[in-house]
Amino acid sequence: MKPAPFQYHRVSSLPEATTLMASLDNVRILAGGQSLMPMMNMRYVMVDHLIDLNDATDLAGIRVDGHSITIGAMTRQRDILESFDVAQRAPVIVEALRQVGHIQTRNRGTIGGSLSHLDPAAELPGLMTLHDAMVTFSKEGDQRTVAMDEFAMGYMTPCTEPDEILTEISFNSWPVGHGFDFREFAQRHGDFAIVGVGTLLTLNSDNRIDRIAAVLIGIDYKPVRIKEIEEALTGQIASEELFREAGESVRKLNMMEDALIPESYRKQLASVLLRRSLISASKRATRG
Amino acid sequence: MTDGDMHEVSLTVNGVQYDETVESRWSLADFLRHKLRLTGTHLGCEHGVCGACTVLLNGRSVRGCLTLAVQANEKSVETVEGLAPTETELNVLQQAFWENHGLQCGFCTPGILMTLTEFLRDNPDPSETEVREALSGNICRCTGYQGIVAAAMDAAEKLRNSGQ
Repeated sequence: MKPAPFQYHRVSSLPEATTLMASLDNVRILAGGQSLMPMMNMRYVMVDHLIDLNDATDLAGIRVDGHSITIGAMTRQRDILESFDVAQRAPVIVEALRQVGHIQTRNRGTIGGSLSHLDPAAELPGLMTLHDAMVTFSKEGDQRTVAMDEFAMGYMTPCTEPDEILTEISFNSWPVGHGFDFREFAQRHGDFAIVGVGTLLTLNSDNRIDRIAAVLIGIDYKPVRIKEIEEALTGQIASEELFREAGESVRKLNMMEDALIPESYRKQLASVLLRRSLISASKRATRG
Repeated sequence: MTDGDMHEVSLTVNGVQYDETVESRWSLADFLRHKLRLTGTHLGCEHGVCGACTVLLNGRSVRGCLTLAVQANEKSVETVEGLAPTETELNVLQQAFWENHGLQCGFCTPGILMTLTEFLRDNPDPSETEVREALSGNICRCTGYQGIVAAAMDAAEKLRNSGQ
């Protein structure tokens, strides 16, 4: 349970990192290390070079500009959880992050690392998909931005090019008073969720749904926005019956099956969690 | 080991300055145990699940098995060896574990003590639910956690009363 030998490179800025990336082969980025280090300890991952971004302070921090929130890739999960700006503008992220790992892993784990690792049950990729976030990558002399919808190429495979580094993620916050909810079912607190659901909605004065977004994690290789159900709910009067129907209709989706969890169980969880999440979000929303 | 990727590190552990040479692939926990002979930090699963290797890095609890020794350069590390004020006395948290049967075999205890050291600094007046949530990253297979939670609540109260 020890990593295979590698060359360690500590960098103190993004430009230093992208220059190194361009010149090295079989290289991985070390962010918080809460997923990569276990994989290296078990030798699922063997690299020749490890570039440690933990001293690259230009990649950490949360910026707010009007409705836009930008989170640097090396921002720790704990710092997002304790951010006043995030709590004010995107409280669903705070609710979800409490369920991400444990204090010790949130102290190290970063948003850029969670997105890059792209575990199907990970909360942060789901939350960013919920917020229609944009991901920025940098490489030597160039950068590009990709929508979360196009971020995942396959199972645990983001669209990052070999010489690119994920640098930041940004999204627009929902209006003040929006309803929100995140919930998941895991065997133990902080363990990987079997299924998780995040919802955002706004209600007008007669309790009609103006705008809604809902995401499911753990059901497919990437977070799934249920756009058809979102469209069907838009303009409807919020009620438990309406949300029960929404929960039932999510069973039509194909969901993952593995050695421990049959598809039918994921469908049951998704249905119940979506109903409860929508009910909770609508209760929290300010009408009008 | 002579052909390994070696790095100089300078760090403090429990307030003591160390200047050492480490191979890049050494975990912080292995470095503490094998190089500094501070064997209070235990390694259980070595992939970040059990929490036995929890130490504080610049005051924040981290998995010693998922942090590289080379990453502790220029940082301060706190381990279970730093808790007791003298050779013959326990600190408040350790004493509470003693009095509330917070340990049986003791393997997980160093990690739990370090987790709770950070937790009680951040949250001096926790609810039992918050203590249980804080302990979710530390696995104990002896106690059933009841004694650990009781010890944490007891220590929190004593620390509040003593103004520490």
